[in-house]
Amino acid sequence: MDVPDDLHYTPDHEWLRRAGDEGTIGITAYAADELGDVVFVELPKTGGRLESGSVFGTIESVKTASDLYAPVTGEVTAVNDALSSTPELVNSDPYGEGWMIRVRLDDGSAVDALEDAAAYRTRIGG
Amino acid sequence: MTIDAPPAATARGAGPALQPTLAELSRPGRGGGKVPHPPSDALDGIPTELRRASPLGLPELNEPAVIRHFVNLSQLNYSVDAGFYPLGSCTMKFNPKVNEWAARLHGFTQLHPLSPDQLAQGTLELMFDLQSELAEIGGMTAVSLQPAAGAQGELTGILMIRAYHQARGDDDRRDVIVPDSSHGTNPATASMAGARTVTVRSAPDGGVDLEVLRRALGPTTAAVMLTNPSTLGLFERRIEALLEAVHQAGALAYMDGANMNAVLGRFRPGDAGFDVMHLNLHKTFSTPHGGGGPGAGPVACADRLAAYLPGPLVVRDEAGYRLERPGERPTAIGRVRAYQGNVGVLVRAYAYLRAHGAAGLREVSEDAVLAANYLRARIGEGYQLPFGGPCKHEFVASASALRRDTGVRTLDVAKRLIDHGFHPPTIYFPLIVDECLLIEPTETESVDTLDAFAEAMLAIAREAYEDPDRVKAAPSSAPVRRLDEASAARQPRLRWSSAR
Repeated sequence: MDVPDDLHYTPDHEWLRRAGDEGTIGITAYAADELGDVVFVELPKTGGRLESGSVFGTIESVKTASDLYAPVTGEVTAVNDALSSTPELVNSDPYGEGWMIRVRLDDGSAVDALEDAAAYRTRIGG
Repeated sequence: MTIDAPPAATARGAGPALQPTLAELSRPGRGGGKVPHPPSDALDGIPTELRRASPLGLPELNEPAVIRHFVNLSQLNYSVDAGFYPLGSCTMKFNPKVNEWAARLHGFTQLHPLSPDQLAQGTLELMFDLQSELAEIGGMTAVSLQPAAGAQGELTGILMIRAYHQARGDDDRRDVIVPDSSHGTNPATASMAGARTVTVRSAPDGGVDLEVLRRALGPTTAAVMLTNPSTLGLFERRIEALLEAVHQAGALAYMDGANMNAVLGRFRPGDAGFDVMHLNLHKTFSTPHGGGGPGAGPVACADRLAAYLPGPLVVRDEAGYRLERPGERPTAIGRVRAYQGNVGVLVRAYAYLRAHGAAGLREVSEDAVLAANYLRARIGEGYQLPFGGPCKHEFVASASALRRDTGVRTLDVAKRLIDHGFHPPTIYFPLIVDECLLIEPTETESVDTLDAFAEAMLAIAREAYEDPDRVKAAPSSAPVRRLDEASAARQPRLRWSSAR
């Protein structure tokens, strides 16, 4: 299962790609595979606040519905609107076109508390 | 076993097949014939501007075509009267036909819900007895028969708990704690009641983790909702300690009675310290289940909540049986259902109780648990059993090794079961088990049926290793093949149209 080395991960299977004081957030290929075909993604609005560990959205597949948990605290600066009409991007390209939100981090060092690729690989058993 | 042949019913010649819609069967001018045509001046009394400009567009068919359409549609049904229905968490047991006889008695069917009490003594007596019997089964004080389903019973119970806290001036209790194995209706109930859901992770043995629960409890906890036996088919061994912790925190304990079939006559939630619970008459007490029911989810409660039960309850005084009068019990949370609930369902459940008696109900739970453990052992020959045995009335199995070795998923196994003539079990629930199957045989199935189902499951597991694509393409003999669920959810077509 694809776990890119340059990303940060949460135990709840979100990834974060940092660029300066901003982070892009999505769910991992492992999570997308476990969920199965994604049929609906509910995301916050641009400008909204995120609290680390709190629910920022919902993802629904043919199998189940799950909450999305914020890896960091900050302000939502962009939302991937394409997911509202083509949620399948989460399955086909979880680390690219399937991204969910972009966040301006309150504290850049919070990213250091997330797991690196090696730790996340161990978590998902490979 | 060859299962590519169409199902047996097809050999009859007709067989289950998809039916054209009535609109597609319609032919201009073809009508019922038996219905008198209106006289030609029928519309003369209606002003022209109030008449339809164009015909209504109803399909035109004669009576045999309509009857055959619906009869053939009904042949597509799969029901517990047609075959084994091991839908975990749902208790799809056989519904004895004596229940139907009782519910069809004219004294019940011809009674108007607004009849005066003195003209409804028979029905009121039945309801009064049912209230008492369900209270006894639950180890509770009082029962309201109003809620129309388990989920409505849950909501009723949580609203009663809210009224209890408010009556004590304890207004900050807004949290409802549920385990992560809980039925989705539990958090939904909390939301509907205006509470906040707090989910606690299960312990490795599948039960509620006492320490995790203790940490979650506090001055804002209104209630804890537990299902015992749990959705994993496991009896909660720490129930006494869990409920003690709940009550020490000033919260109340709700018991989801969906799984009472496993413990009838053996475990009374009231004795264990639960404050309020619901009973699913359409599961445990053999009234029709599925296809819209209707169901019934009576709520039973302990002393301290009895004042808040929705009214009117059936009471008995010197004049006989009667409904509580408006305002008679001012603390009641109000009605939760029109009239007296689904009374026809209550009659069926009463018939079931009377047919079994106390000793019979104990046999029900014993046989349900025996059947589940037998099937669990047989399914374990080809699938993983994530929790140690024994189980109660249902069990969790997993196709995780199948998926790892062959790419065949639980969904594929379920679809292939249709080719073997069985209704698939519940899949991908509870969420905490990978590639989950939740199987509940109930006490009404013979060992022959259990063996036939186990053989089918094991045959599918073998086939997954030999010919995985065949399993992934299932069902191959059903009137409808593998449905594209993702497209159906992403781009739902919600209207029938003739241009397709």
